[in-house]
Amino acid sequence: MTSAPSLWAITRRSLVKDLRLEWRSKDAINSMLFFALLVVVIFSFGFDPTAEESRKIAGGLLWVAILFATVVALNQTWMRELRNQVLDAYRLSPAPPQALFLAKTLGNFMFVSILEVLMVPLFVVFYNLRSVGPVWQLLVVALLATWALVVNGTFFAALSIRTRSREIMLPLILFPISIPALLAMVDATTSILTGDNPATFWIRLLAVYDLVFTTVGLILFEPVLNAE
Amino acid sequence: MIVTDTAQQQSAVSVRDVVRHFGRFAALRGISAEFAPGGIYVLLGENGAGKSTLLRVIAGLLAPSRGTVMVLGSENIRAVVTRFGYMGHAPLLYDEMSALENLQYFAALYGINDRSCCEEAIRTVGLDPALERRVGQYSQGMRQRISLARAIVHAPELLLLDEPFSNVDVRSAKQMTSLLAKMRDEGTTILVVTHQAALLEPVADECIVLDAGRLVAREKGIPARLLTPYLAEERTALRAKPLRGEMEVQP
Repeated sequence: MTSAPSLWAITRRSLVKDLRLEWRSKDAINSMLFFALLVVVIFSFGFDPTAEESRKIAGGLLWVAILFATVVALNQTWMRELRNQVLDAYRLSPAPPQALFLAKTLGNFMFVSILEVLMVPLFVVFYNLRSVGPVWQLLVVALLATWALVVNGTFFAALSIRTRSREIMLPLILFPISIPALLAMVDATTSILTGDNPATFWIRLLAVYDLVFTTVGLILFEPVLNAE
Repeated sequence: MIVTDTAQQQSAVSVRDVVRHFGRFAALRGISAEFAPGGIYVLLGENGAGKSTLLRVIAGLLAPSRGTVMVLGSENIRAVVTRFGYMGHAPLLYDEMSALENLQYFAALYGINDRSCCEEAIRTVGLDPALERRVGQYSQGMRQRISLARAIVHAPELLLLDEPFSNVDVRSAKQMTSLLAKMRDEGTTILVVTHQAALLEPVADECIVLDAGRLVAREKGIPARLLTPYLAEERTALRAKPLRGEMEVQP
């Protein structure tokens, strides 16, 4: 009666399920939006930069705001798996553990992308931003940087979800390991906005980072899922 | 090397000298038991006796600190997950989805994409698959029944049930008991952890009593003395402490 479910079939099912749950509860997206909006508004009151200065600091401000907002959302996406111990039902099924990891990562990628789509215009308005470098490269940086944040974030959120102080534990583990990615995304964004240096090196670094951490996440997720 | 004998391989579930520690606390202290296929086995014992821990060890959700567990002839429990169902103390369901949505998702994890299988499982536990309310809005008893439907949606050979009747009204509990008896008659092996032994008394094949992590008794059916232990204790306590100003009632 039962057959071995494929990785992609379960990934798709789990992703649709996560999107449905988020659409109905709006736990992650609301907390992310509220937090990121607060950061943007408070920073805009705290600084009064010129257009040139804005181009230099906007990359840092934007990605730090998104990183913090992402952390707020990451715990939420795993919390719903712990409620009613639903994760046990997944562990007891023949579904590949990697499918759950991929679905969660893709789901978080979508949520953070939605956040970016909403936040970037606000950033442009609040900081009077005009890019000197090629704008299309910003899109590449956004995709790679978002994946870097969520792939690590999803993995470490799963790792810390059973700890008692998970809200503190996640940033403690995630931030140090995200430093190379954060450095690359901030420098790549700043390079494109100011047009001073080519962003190619930083984009490549982000791509390598994504590749390495996606592979590591996929390999190590099974023991994390089955940890007692 | 672990040597397994024929009896162990023929059992639906076999546990040998199983010990499970949580830190320095031993929840299971050397439990050994064989459960033959096609029976209803009721695990009894007070809170903290180790019943749920034993069930979780058998399901592979907890690894034993020592000893061996063989489920459906395999020591690799992961290899037989499609052949058993587990109903936990918690419902293992998403509150924000309806019963059918939940079952469709969990059935898909077993490679079952047939909607009618899920509808049938919901009907089997006495609920309407067309119910659009989300599980979070269900009564506790309805959640328990949907949780049972989730555990049986893939037609398992072995069913592990942890407190299936908690917060379920007597009529629904009797329906669930009849369903379990029917499944047993069709060859399913059922291990039930419960404090409501009386509900299973008409259908139970054997009962196993745990106390402080040890198996202390194993009997055919459920003897009358095990059906109302708390009531007996209450009576004793009442006799020991008569209320002030009242005469002790003589039996």
